[in-house]
Amino acid sequence: MTVGTIASDKARQVAQEVCQQHGATRDELIPILSDINRQLGYLPAEALDEISTQLKIPKSQVLSAASFYSMLSTQPRGRHVIKFCESAPCHVQGGREVWLALQDQLQLKSGETSPDDRWTLETTSCLGQCADGPVILVDEDIYLNVTPDQLSGILAKYK
Amino acid sequence: MAFFRSHILVSVDPVCLEKGAHDIFDTLLDELGKKGLIDEIQVLETSRIGDPETLGPDLMVYPEGVHYVNLTPADIPYMVEEHFLKGRTVDKLLAGESKVAVDEEVAPPKPKEIRIVLRNSLGKIDPLNIEDYIAEDGYAALAKILSEMTPDEVIDTVLKSGLRGRGGAGFPTGKKWQFARNAPGDEKYLICNADEGDPGAFMNRRVLESDPHSVVEGMIIAAYAIGAGQGYVYCRAEYPDAVRTLKVAIEQAREFGLLGQNILGSDFSFELEVRMGAGAFVCGEETALMASIEGQRGQPRPRPPFPAVKGLWGKPTNINNVETYANVAQIILNGADWYASIGTADSKGTKTFALAGDVKNTGLIEVPFGTTLREIVYDIGGGIKNDKALKAIQTGGPMGGCIPASQVDLPVDYKALTEAGSIMGSGGLVVMDEDTCMVDIARFFMDFIQDESCGKCVPCRIGTRRMLEILTRICDGKGEDGDIERLEALCYEVGTASLCGLGQGAPNPVLSTIKHFRDEYEAHIYEKRCPAKTCRALINFVILEDVCTGCTVCARNCPVNAISGERRLAHHIDPDICIRCGICAQVCNYNAIEIQ
Ligand SMILES: Cc1cc2nc3c(=O)[nH]c(=O)nc-3n(C[C@H](O)[C@H](O)[C@H](O)COP(=O)(O)O)c2cc1C
Ligand code: SF4
Ligand code: SF4
Ligand code: FES
Repeated sequence: MTVGTIASDKARQVAQEVCQQHGATRDELIPILSDINRQLGYLPAEALDEISTQLKIPKSQVLSAASFYSMLSTQPRGRHVIKFCESAPCHVQGGREVWLALQDQLQLKSGETSPDDRWTLETTSCLGQCADGPVILVDEDIYLNVTPDQLSGILAKYK
Repeated sequence: MAFFRSHILVSVDPVCLEKGAHDIFDTLLDELGKKGLIDEIQVLETSRIGDPETLGPDLMVYPEGVHYVNLTPADIPYMVEEHFLKGRTVDKLLAGESKVAVDEEVAPPKPKEIRIVLRNSLGKIDPLNIEDYIAEDGYAALAKILSEMTPDEVIDTVLKSGLRGRGGAGFPTGKKWQFARNAPGDEKYLICNADEGDPGAFMNRRVLESDPHSVVEGMIIAAYAIGAGQGYVYCRAEYPDAVRTLKVAIEQAREFGLLGQNILGSDFSFELEVRMGAGAFVCGEETALMASIEGQRGQPRPRPPFPAVKGLWGKPTNINNVETYANVAQIILNGADWYASIGTADSKGTKTFALAGDVKNTGLIEVPFGTTLREIVYDIGGGIKNDKALKAIQTGGPMGGCIPASQVDLPVDYKALTEAGSIMGSGGLVVMDEDTCMVDIARFFMDFIQDESCGKCVPCRIGTRRMLEILTRICDGKGEDGDIERLEALCYEVGTASLCGLGQGAPNPVLSTIKHFRDEYEAHIYEKRCPAKTCRALINFVILEDVCTGCTVCARNCPVNAISGERRLAHHIDPDICIRCGICAQVCNYNAIEIQ
């Protein structure tokens, strides 16, 4: 993950590499977008531009797909993305308290990025780990049975 | 099928073998034989369990998940006696840190369960090792159809078994395969729907993570039946472990000649790939899912044409759910009659459910169709938490409905649930106790549906938002005369004029709660009262003056200082400041605080 906006040549370069890896065909569009989003933290306009050139499809269609899926973002995000499961089973197992504590500790609301670009806070629907809720996902690490007092320890692992 | 109450897995990794794992294995068999347990407990060989250097020889007992380490043959008689006859874990043989591992997701089967889909889900096999699966009759069904059966015979067997789709609609699987087989065209596709998006449901994830080959094998058999050359498993991105396990399974199947060109030396070829979603609930709908694989926005398309005729890239395509495929190999091996003998006239076989809510034992279960809701809630679920009364059971996920406690003797099958105003759905089953507000529940599901509407159809996009507004208003104590009728009219519009199952099913949570709990809606609207005492705008926390001892605990714990009163004198809550958090009622030792 990375800080703030991405330099446009870097965005193009990453987009090119990923398109080559996957093969520049239409059916690879979602995997390509997901991969770039993972590497750069979001999908910069230049990357979308490059994909449109490589895959030979209109830019509007690339944007249309990129804006549809909740895991893809066209806005810059923090170095670390925290996703909090907001579905009912987690909610009733103490998720509400964790969510309040999380917003409080980060001083962020859902969808916001911290001024120092360290965190973006998001909610997600059920992650299928309900037997061990509440659940939070930091980047690609999943934390189960989270309680409010564990939060500071978890957050400290991410610089 | 034989049912064993326990399985013992002895590690026969090279290091363990050198340390005498075979002696352990043989002593175990002798000892179980002597004690008359050999028909109840199965002993199997497995690859490494713990670190063989420090822990071997070791073994694992399932379903308990007990790991015995550093064994010598002399330990075995005592271990068998204690563990299997007396039911006591032998602490001195346990690995230091790993005491009994509790599995929060699946418990050992209860008497009313039959496990077909979940048969290997309790760690009986190593999901990353294809040989473990093969040792449990894995890929025997594939070998059988390739050598003995024509595609039509396979379809015929699945038809006769009565298997219906487990992804929601319950369409007969054999019929679906027949359509795809008969559709003109040489290029055909096969898809497994692993998008499992219903909140609270994780049956498919567990199968993919613990027994991926059962799904892969089912898919290869289906591909042979319909004549598909390429398959995809579309798995939601929220399941990274399932994706990883599945990819290993596919790789190993390819190495063993079970995927790719000329499978098992036959002239049938089939390739399989995993595709990941990117976070959109509606992509679980089959036409949206195919649009997503093609690299489009995941929005549903009108049907007909059905996927069987015009699916992925316009080619005939068969799409089934994870659980549907996981049944297939067992049907081929044990026969259509065996499968059809389980269940009801309408629905054959078993169904997995994710039991959740106010029930004592939550987690995954698998029951034959026809099991009643009462058996599920009380015999398997252990009854309602804190011994409260059952109020309703919600099935079918967000587009499902609520069944009132008065119908708890309903046998669960596709027909009975539909008649009761709910649906089978993919297997969510939420138990609700007397403290649940049914208007709030309807609001909760509408919130989810409204959020996930892809926006293509105006009735679904606007109608669900309107319904959410009305439901929120009712819960906030601002309900108006005519709101129930307005909701019913919107339900009709959204349900009939939407393109896909999301919009079509959106009315279910509202209609089923209005049907069975209309008085609760009316209490909210006309009396500004929430009978379950849940809706915050409609309740007041009140201190009973004659019970209150003036201990001040509540005042000290109230986050907004809404409580006033002198020490040793009755306290008072200011309703204008109170935020109805309920903390005071929890901390009061004298039960002096009442919700009114
Ligand atoms: C909004 C919506 C979401 C759905 N989500 C899923 C899902 O997560 N998994 C699934 O197997 N089917 C889902 N379905 C049902 C599929 O459209 C399709 O009927 C199913 O995959 C067919 O497989 P089956 O015949 O084995 O049930 C969904 C349907 C709708 C309308
Ligand atoms: S019914 Fe709703 S979710 Fe389905 S296609 Fe229409 S707008 Fe999209
Ligand atoms: S319910 Fe909460 S806010 Fe209201 S009086 Fe009790 S503690 Fe205070
Ligand atoms: S509800 Fe949170 S993981 Fe399922």
